[in-house]
Amino acid sequence: MNTESKPIFKLRKRSDTEKLIDKSFKGLALIMANSVALILFAIFLVIFSGSTESMARYGLQFITTSDWNPVLDNYGAFTAIYGTITTSILSLLIAVPLGVGSAIFITEDFVPIKIRNLVSNLIELLAAIPSVVLGLWAIFIMEPFLRPFFLFLNKFLGWLPIFGSEPIGPGIAPAIIILAIMILPIITSISRDSLNQVPQNLRLAAYGVGATRWTTIFIVILPAAISGIIGGILLALGRAMGETMAVTMIIGNSNNFSWSLLAPGNTISALLANQFGEADGSQVSSLMYAGFILMILTLLVNIFAQWLVKKIRLKY
Amino acid sequence: MDYITNNSVSKLGINLKFNPTNKRNIINSLLSLLATIFASIAVIPLLLVIGYILIKGGAQISISLFTQLPSPPGDDLGAGGIGNAIQGTFIITILATLIAVPIGVGGGIYLAEYSKNGSFAKFIRFGVNVLSGVPSIIAGVFIYGMIVSTRLILGSNFSATAGSIALSILMLPTIIKTTDEGLKLVSDNLRKGALSLGATKFTSITRITLPSAFNAIATGIILSIARAAGETAPLIFTALFSYYWADSNSLLNPIASLSVLIYNFALEPYEAQNQLAWAASFVLIILVLFLSMLSRWLSRLASR
Amino acid sequence: MSYNMNTCISFENVSIKYGGFDAVRNLYLDIPKGKVTALIGPSGCGKSTVLRSINRMNDLIVGCTITGRVLYEGIDLYSPEIDPVEVRRMIGMVFQQPNPFPKSIYENIAFGARINGYTGNMDQLVEESLKKAAVWEECKDKLNESGCSLSGGQQQRLCIARTIATQPDVILMDEPCSALDPISTLKIEETMHELKKEYTIIIVTHNMQQAVRVSDMTAFYNAEAKGGGTGKVGYLVEFNDTEKIFNSPKQQATKDYISGRFG
Repeated sequence: MNTESKPIFKLRKRSDTEKLIDKSFKGLALIMANSVALILFAIFLVIFSGSTESMARYGLQFITTSDWNPVLDNYGAFTAIYGTITTSILSLLIAVPLGVGSAIFITEDFVPIKIRNLVSNLIELLAAIPSVVLGLWAIFIMEPFLRPFFLFLNKFLGWLPIFGSEPIGPGIAPAIIILAIMILPIITSISRDSLNQVPQNLRLAAYGVGATRWTTIFIVILPAAISGIIGGILLALGRAMGETMAVTMIIGNSNNFSWSLLAPGNTISALLANQFGEADGSQVSSLMYAGFILMILTLLVNIFAQWLVKKIRLKY
Repeated sequence: MDYITNNSVSKLGINLKFNPTNKRNIINSLLSLLATIFASIAVIPLLLVIGYILIKGGAQISISLFTQLPSPPGDDLGAGGIGNAIQGTFIITILATLIAVPIGVGGGIYLAEYSKNGSFAKFIRFGVNVLSGVPSIIAGVFIYGMIVSTRLILGSNFSATAGSIALSILMLPTIIKTTDEGLKLVSDNLRKGALSLGATKFTSITRITLPSAFNAIATGIILSIARAAGETAPLIFTALFSYYWADSNSLLNPIASLSVLIYNFALEPYEAQNQLAWAASFVLIILVLFLSMLSRWLSRLASR
Repeated sequence: MSYNMNTCISFENVSIKYGGFDAVRNLYLDIPKGKVTALIGPSGCGKSTVLRSINRMNDLIVGCTITGRVLYEGIDLYSPEIDPVEVRRMIGMVFQQPNPFPKSIYENIAFGARINGYTGNMDQLVEESLKKAAVWEECKDKLNESGCSLSGGQQQRLCIARTIATQPDVILMDEPCSALDPISTLKIEETMHELKKEYTIIIVTHNMQQAVRVSDMTAFYNAEAKGGGTGKVGYLVEFNDTEKIFNSPKQQATKDYISGRFG
């Protein structure tokens, strides 16, 4: 044996480089983690400061008037705000029963597991399709296909203000339908996951006292999964409010207010997508103001969703 | 012996027979039927979208589609290609990934390995959820206000770089979340094992826990790439569009992308442009579905 | 097999499989009416599977198939025209883990009664059921609180009360005390002594003292490893009065099992 082989563990005492690497790695990771907060803050700041000019000029009138006129340099975003809220809520009305129904179909066992998995995978695949592709499909395939149905609504239910105008192609109604298609996968997959998490024990208990499948679903399973399902619905609402491309392509981008769902309309995100690139001066500021309102709306919905899920979950 | 009955009513009058006209059983069957109908309706749009894209877009596929530039509006049917848009989508997406991955994985590491469940981690996790709920168009407006209008990057306004940064903001929450959750799933015993040998936290993370969570993290990264590749809203007024091939100056100049091409050309009144939009949708869908499948496959690998 | 008016449940050559693997093979067993019958045996011998087959709870397990006949009052429970919901209304069940609904104590009782079409005085039914299950004293002041707020033993007695409230004919109990402490166990056993005056009770237990304390009849199950080594198949070793099973078992396997555990 070589007598000079004493420094076998030459790193027993940690070198300064090693300590430095360890420390700087932690520091770097901390900076990365902070970047999220930084970005959120920067988004808020940039959009807020960009919209101050318009805020000072129009104040709350911006929300209540619907005259959007770049030529006269006068801006009111009521049509777009109204459009954002109605399209997202009405699309939710379509997508919630379909989504929760599909989730029940997937988690119950009245068809073989292979079919259920197929349905579940197909609906998830729908979420992967880019918004702009759905918009293209909506313009050239869906809207022409649905137009006879919209004409029918106008002809026979035209006395209702919401069907009071003749459909001319792009409009609020097809935008609602494409939005419903887009948020369906979120509602389905989150509802499915929450239903799957309901303990089997509860199902056994209900079946054990002689409950039928659907009594069990309504009285025991759905209430136990409700926090997740509501969270999913609210997330979908937030997504619907901010959804841009497909809506922009099919809604018609009209800033003239109309009660009719068959008429062209606008949403905040569609307004931004359409006008931001070519805007200058006070129009940019007004668009930023509209964007600020959209951000606050989605922020409120998302925070409410997180809070609600946490609160309801505590009960069980 | 003859006490045993062959029907479902016992001698004592107990009746266990299934009665399909019973109100309870009718409601039950109707509701099951309804759920089946709802699930069928939910699947129809997907089949229609995929079907039309494959038929209408697939018909346009040719070599020139990939090698040529889009022709100016009003040109003949079948002329021109989407080569520069495919190239641009790759450039923007790769650049966005290069920005988002280090920040996202680094942030996820901090949350899962250093901060655990402290109030800082709670705050950041909340921020991640909020950021993932920010509409993509807002990210575009933000980058426009922050970078494009201020000419922050070497004096350029609309540029590939600005578009990539906008996309990376949308990728970030997914990557942080999957890194955080992937690392949390790694057994604490592995960490203790490494630390008890005298490994530094740095060594323990980079040699032991990160490799264990690799599949989960890769799943999240690929998922976020798939989403970014199809995003349009953050690009239309950051990266804008270009009718030319990207070159060495393109990072500071407007650049084409498949998604913006679809948006622009779908709204053109010319048939030739519309057909290029269908062709671009075909290519984009194939790309996005391939990435989604890849991430699914990885996540199945990770859960094993 | 001597089938008569005193038989409540009768197994005729019943075999149960889980996705191709035998869990129980060739079971013949007549369970008498109005008595407490205990099913004992080592874990994994399929006694819970047998119990669940009586009220068609196995329907909920994917891949579970049954051959042979399970007769209740002479009715073949697996005949295609049988409504499993009706079966479960006649044959109630208490599970291994207490599983109250996440509703108030009152609603836990009223739920089952209501879906069974109970039209009488609900307050009275709730009180009577809780009294029969010996949990009234603990619950009477907090009927509107969640059933999940009770202790484990109280939850299990609430589940028993819930079953009683639907007024079944038979009560199945699947190791009802295995998740409970000794004092709660004792209380539940007292409850069972009261219940056997009115119901046929079938209880699965791994606790032999419990079988001795509560049951009139005992069936001893054993399991043998199958050739392939995957899983075990359960079979009935001996069925007799509880007293005879524990004092003078006929089979060596029964003797070994009992003495092994009693020793």
